[in-house]
Amino acid sequence: MANHEEENKAKSSRRNFLKQSSVALVGGAVASRFTGLPAVHAAGSDLIKVGLIGCGGRGTGAAKDVLSSARGVKLVAMGDVFKDNLDKSFDMLTRVAESDETIRNFGNTVEVPEDRRFTGFNAFERVLASDINYVILATPPGFRPAHLKASVAAGKHIFTEKPVAVDGPGIRSVLEIAEQAKAKGLAVGAGTQRRHQGGYIETMNRLRDGAIGNIVSARVYWNQGPIWVHPKQAGWSDMEWQMRNWYYFTWLCGDHIVEQHVHNLDVANWALGAHPVKATGHGGRQVRTDSIYGNIYDHFAVDYEYPNDVHVASFCRQMPNCANNVSESLAGTKGLCQANKYAITGEKSWRYTGANNLPYVQEHTDLIASIRAGKPYNELKEVAESTMTAIMGRMAAYTGQEVTWEQALNSTESLMPAKLEWDAALAVAPVAMPGQTKLV
Amino acid sequence: MNRARMTHHSRILFCLVATFSSSLFSARLFSQTKSGRQPEVKSYTETIPGTDVNFEMVPIPGGTFMMGSPASEGKRSADEGPQHLVTVRPFWMETTEIRWEQYDVFAFSQDLQRSSSPASHNSISNKFADAFTRPTPPYTDPTFGFGHDGYPVINITHHAAMEYCRWLSAKTGKTYRLPTEAEWEYAARAGSKSAYLFGDDPKPLGDYAWYLDNSDARTHPVGKKKPNPWGLYDIFGNVAEWVLDYYDKDYYGSFKLDAPVLSPVLIPTEKEYPYIVRGGSWDDDAARLRSASRRASTREWSQQDPQLPQSIWWHTDALFVGFRVVRPLEEQDNLKGLKSKVTKQN
Repeated sequence: MANHEEENKAKSSRRNFLKQSSVALVGGAVASRFTGLPAVHAAGSDLIKVGLIGCGGRGTGAAKDVLSSARGVKLVAMGDVFKDNLDKSFDMLTRVAESDETIRNFGNTVEVPEDRRFTGFNAFERVLASDINYVILATPPGFRPAHLKASVAAGKHIFTEKPVAVDGPGIRSVLEIAEQAKAKGLAVGAGTQRRHQGGYIETMNRLRDGAIGNIVSARVYWNQGPIWVHPKQAGWSDMEWQMRNWYYFTWLCGDHIVEQHVHNLDVANWALGAHPVKATGHGGRQVRTDSIYGNIYDHFAVDYEYPNDVHVASFCRQMPNCANNVSESLAGTKGLCQANKYAITGEKSWRYTGANNLPYVQEHTDLIASIRAGKPYNELKEVAESTMTAIMGRMAAYTGQEVTWEQALNSTESLMPAKLEWDAALAVAPVAMPGQTKLV
Repeated sequence: MNRARMTHHSRILFCLVATFSSSLFSARLFSQTKSGRQPEVKSYTETIPGTDVNFEMVPIPGGTFMMGSPASEGKRSADEGPQHLVTVRPFWMETTEIRWEQYDVFAFSQDLQRSSSPASHNSISNKFADAFTRPTPPYTDPTFGFGHDGYPVINITHHAAMEYCRWLSAKTGKTYRLPTEAEWEYAARAGSKSAYLFGDDPKPLGDYAWYLDNSDARTHPVGKKKPNPWGLYDIFGNVAEWVLDYYDKDYYGSFKLDAPVLSPVLIPTEKEYPYIVRGGSWDDDAARLRSASRRASTREWSQQDPQLPQSIWWHTDALFVGFRVVRPLEEQDNLKGLKSKVTKQN
């Protein structure tokens, strides 16, 4: 079957490839049942009614992606803490749904009247109380455990952005929620989109088939320039500033090793089929020293130890005018793999020549197909473990100590402020200092 | 770069300008200069003020050429025809594709004086900065691992390339912009009429260009292959190059064929797509490196940008697209004060 599929892929258009990729994930009989059916088919119980929680750039993008992913999808409710975010997102999605060819061909629509557009800190509860069956969680990651918990309690299928928590208590909660979702038959897809990217999937299949022998070490990187920042404006409370400038506060973002580098760490966990047992790391803020940058670091280097003494070297940096690198490489006993280039060199040299699919759309196509087939899949444990991996690296760098998986997972330090109120005074937590900051 | 050879080219070009200036079209153009004298047209090195980053410009004589490909040309597309005579005014063209060192000065505001406080990076303290919006930060490594110093920029949008030119013009006090599609093809052909620069058989292509057969699936440092006869390196291959024009597959069919078309250009609109790239790239087979081959940008060049609205500065899937600048000897009226109309709200 693998050979047959590969032949077809090489010959086929991207649309065909998208279909076949679904086949690989959810089983041939199932996927073929739902491709090429008329739009009217989905009008009944198969209709996917989407609620969007978190209407920033990624949430708005994810809403467009789900509308582009399958027939029978409607966006019906939206929520964001900020009205300006929500209004911008609603306008954008309304226009896109009217003009985008794929969305129109699917017959999908945005039907979010004003009474299903919610703002404020409890907007997520009101979205979940709406008549939806599929929720997209795309707020800053600090809120994710609470939103996941409420979504499963409300019985919704979930697409959750990565990362899924920012601290140990959050991860423990998410791991419990993962089991509850399974028990309730709810699907949970995660925004670790490489797992739905044709080239990565084929590369991983080959690694699993022993293409480079036993993996003995790996290197993963997300070194890039700086990103956006929002200095505090007149009239903004501490809370409003931190919420709008969320990337720079660990309680909201988890730091960039968690928010961004989790993608590359996820590839390491995926390839090794395991999570690390311990980590030691370095890090600090060398360039982003100003208070507008909150309390996060601008660079990390972490040595992760996996079972069987396999080490993964992890580097991430957000600094201007420096060498950049976003990649994952694996070394095995019989060859090397450059995962992000879908390339293997060694005894079984290989390079992916299949079509490039749209991973951000594919992750919804696959999730919806699994829901409609009555075989909902659940990626929450994998993404929780990858998030935990990143948090463990952050803990190791912040404290300067060796941190084991159990220590990180059982950490009692919750980063969430005691009160989520707009006018509450909210001091910026101190920048962590290796050798002084304690592992809690 | 071989300076002796460049000088040699300049001399040839100067003669060409002189020759063309006696032709009907060029004579008319040159007579428009205020001094009435033949302007001195030489190669020069431009240094971006406030930096030690520089680039080379060579003069391209004005002239008339046959644009597009004949219906008989192998592997052509219908949008390359009908062939039509085009008259191009004289200009200078950058000898190489824009390198990251050049683009970074603009994209990362390296020309602005940095105060000791990082906060000032976000406040607009410099009047010059006020006039120019810089690209938003890319969410990933914009080089995609292909290399930085000496390598051509990739993944920049048409809007970004236009804004770079506008900024460079303000910095230098000269008019720099993207070449029109006609200027690009005229300069790339350097008088040749065949499918490829050197004939109809692509066999010698590897001497001039990085393309699918020799690129090892990546960009290469600029200026390593043979230049075309007018001193332009990598004008075919390495990265496909933005030209100014909005893409319309029927544009060539809109001209009357009884006289040369003077300085044609399809002015960019407020739309993000489609614009034209020319010359083919490291990722293209030989046919796309034909002198007349046209390619239009599409939304798929940003398909891995997960945000909505998507970036108007950075593509995610155009690892094969860069650009070079031209400087018109005298700017044509319909391009004076030209500015990209693309905004994030579009």
